[in-house]
Amino acid sequence: MNLTLYVWRQAGPGEPGAMKRYDVPDVSPDMSFLEMLDVLNERLLERGEEPIAFDHDCREGICGSCGMVINGRPHGPQRKTTACQLHMRHFRDGDSIYVEPWRAAAFPVIKDLVVDRSAFDRIIEAGGYISVNAGAAPEANVIPVPKDDAEAAFDAAACIGCGACVAACPNGAAQLFTAAKITHLGLMPQGQAERQRRVVKMVAQMEDEAFGSCTNHRECEAVCPKGIAITTIARMNRDYLKARLFGKG
Amino acid sequence: MVLDARIPSGPIEKKWDRARFELKLVSPANKRRFNVIIVGTGLAGASAAATLAELGYNVKTFCFQDSPRRAHSIAAQGGINAAKNYRNDGDSIFRLFYDTVKGGDFRSREANVYRLAQVSVEIIDQCVAQGVPFAREYGGLLDNRSFGGAQVSRTFYARGQTGQQLLLGAYQAMARQVEAGKVQVFPRTEMLDLVVVDGRARGVVVRDLVSGEVSSHAGDAVVLATGGYGNAYYLSTNAKGSNVTAAWRAHRRGACFANPCFTQIHPTCIPVTGHYQSKLTLMSESLRNDGRIWVPKTKGDKRPPNEIPEEERDYYLERRYPSFGNLVPRDVASRNAKAVCDEGRGVGPTGLGVYLDFADAIARLGRETIAERYGNLFEMYEKITGEDPYRVPMRIYPAVHYTMGGLWVDYNLMTTIPGLYAIGECNFSDHGANRLGASALMQGLADGYFILPYTIGDYLAQHLGERVTTDHPAFAQVESEVRERYHKLLNASGKRSVDSFHRELGLLLWDHCGMERSQKSLETALAKIPELRQEYHDNVKVLGSAESLNQSLEKAGRVADFFELAELMCIDALERRESCGAHFRIESQTPEGEAKRDDERYSYVAAWQRKEDGDGWTAHKEPLEFEYVQLTQRSYK
Repeated sequence: MNLTLYVWRQAGPGEPGAMKRYDVPDVSPDMSFLEMLDVLNERLLERGEEPIAFDHDCREGICGSCGMVINGRPHGPQRKTTACQLHMRHFRDGDSIYVEPWRAAAFPVIKDLVVDRSAFDRIIEAGGYISVNAGAAPEANVIPVPKDDAEAAFDAAACIGCGACVAACPNGAAQLFTAAKITHLGLMPQGQAERQRRVVKMVAQMEDEAFGSCTNHRECEAVCPKGIAITTIARMNRDYLKARLFGKG
Repeated sequence: MVLDARIPSGPIEKKWDRARFELKLVSPANKRRFNVIIVGTGLAGASAAATLAELGYNVKTFCFQDSPRRAHSIAAQGGINAAKNYRNDGDSIFRLFYDTVKGGDFRSREANVYRLAQVSVEIIDQCVAQGVPFAREYGGLLDNRSFGGAQVSRTFYARGQTGQQLLLGAYQAMARQVEAGKVQVFPRTEMLDLVVVDGRARGVVVRDLVSGEVSSHAGDAVVLATGGYGNAYYLSTNAKGSNVTAAWRAHRRGACFANPCFTQIHPTCIPVTGHYQSKLTLMSESLRNDGRIWVPKTKGDKRPPNEIPEEERDYYLERRYPSFGNLVPRDVASRNAKAVCDEGRGVGPTGLGVYLDFADAIARLGRETIAERYGNLFEMYEKITGEDPYRVPMRIYPAVHYTMGGLWVDYNLMTTIPGLYAIGECNFSDHGANRLGASALMQGLADGYFILPYTIGDYLAQHLGERVTTDHPAFAQVESEVRERYHKLLNASGKRSVDSFHRELGLLLWDHCGMERSQKSLETALAKIPELRQEYHDNVKVLGSAESLNQSLEKAGRVADFFELAELMCIDALERRESCGAHFRIESQTPEGEAKRDDERYSYVAAWQRKEDGDGWTAHKEPLEFEYVQLTQRSYK
């Protein structure tokens, strides 16, 4: 396949950036999207041009490092698939492909396609955990967890923290990310003691960052590579309201 | 140098108790006077950071990823072992210990492995309390499954994403300590060297990968939790960023490197498709619970798998190993796959593949049950290959996955540099010559939650008030060495990319020091590696500057270290003239073609010390003594 790529190039934080055109011949349909970028980068290097910077690590769709907007859609055209797991067989010979970084106020660009997502870590640090010191845990089977609850908690816990939800949201909101963790921990019996405190603190941190607010566009759910449902946001809102109205959060 | 493993005396089941009693303690009020540096935030690093902070120590942690949550532990799929015996199927701490020592082909330290089996049960308790959503039965209790090398069901799992869920548990525990002000996290920061003052580890030199700034951090102890070195082979199941630099730099500063030739080739990975291949993807070993492995009986049979009748298929693992069948340990499964492919019976376009077939399991259990157990793995397979494993058997082939070798540590997990500890995959300690499935997660968390937090206190207690700061001239000296190394790479102004060299080195290792090794292949590799390394330093091309985000430069530094390690891997493999576990010397095999150990001569850990002038290594041997397990030829028949 022969492709034409338009890629966002930006030398550093706060520098002006621009879309740059690259012709990429001889692309194999079995390549992953990132392998196609690897090949392009090798050719750029040969020509003496600096390779395109992009985050990636496991290339198995689980670490959440990679993230780029491909033809206007975070992680590209295939549903429930990260950019690293997207394969070139989903494109056609002669296609033009536009590649951009996440665009969100809370995720400033560091270089080319690399952005700063540390705001996510700060949301988790605000309360996305169950407080238990090593050594203090009771025997594992003491508290049974209904299978359906464990499965639903898992569905929310599957979030990889890639940030596609924020990139897809017209408001740049982080509700889906925050709600996924609140839902995971809120569904487990172990998470009940801190449930109200957790939701209040995490929402406060989310609002302190440069994220927007949720106005129910559902774009986040549509692009989430792990299929996290927006019902988690409803659950977060319910928990938040309860905590603020009746709780001690 | 004398290697002292410091194994406590007494019966094996009392050793850890005794050690905990004899280790010196740091009083609660004094803990906050100590600063501990932890490099790497995977299962071992994150759990150690959280636990040390809970105890009251001040912790600084470093990772090259943009968030500690992305460390490569996250990609572990299948599960974590623990001797809970919830299945009532005869499991016990002793059986887990025995299986692990046997699985490692009797090349691990009994006392360490026994302790690992002991604390395995506490790990599950800890993770459940953190809210890890393990698989459950309808009664709400924890579910288990089987893994290779064991005849009991002792593996706890969270769908095919157990590593992710355990890592998020450890990451969240660490995040809680960040909030509490006890842990400071430095993401996108790579350790480039160790600082040793008066023979003791006193800090690290790191590079901020965004600004390019090189800086120093001092501490009372340094803990490396930096994972394995499988990426020396270029193609492996490791994440692209996984590297040996931190461990290798520590080795260059005096830490012995043990058993570097013990590298695990995982039997179930998606086969290579083309020269552009950037990494290999693992398909969890848990699939071997329900999938049946086969190839056609006839050479060169190119019919699609569904058209090959039952009687013309060779389920070679079930045929050769009736009692373990498809669940033989990894090294055995990998070598058998290679053997049938070498015979010309491999499948797929390249002939380097075997089938992993779920048709029988789907007929027996229904598609829904299979989807519940392996759904995400099947999806991942389909995304990569474009084939639907519910209808067509998977094609799999072995790939480099895990490294049992690593920095030598004593029973307390301290390396040969006082004050420098190594935990998780980056040490050598528990898996011998072959690791059993679902034991890496167990070891990482055992080291981080339950072992290091006690043992490190013993060292710290003896050095209260002996502070060194980054003003010490040793830091400036190491910083300037680091800068010089980077400038050399940038100024080589050659013609070839880092990746092209790395691929060539990887292929050389795979061909000569991979699934099979021989004196001839290793000598060939040892002749070629130094030449290629020299060419690398003369002819590598790295663009950009050291003063900004520069991913080529990051890779260049890591590959330079892989070149040095590769040589030691081959030397170690050459010197060990026996087969054991994953180390298969073709000169040493049983009549059935299984690995043949030579316990008389090689029942030891090879710990390599780099010579001061940098010219070669000195070998040290820690003899392995087995009091509780009888050495036998491993048999899974």
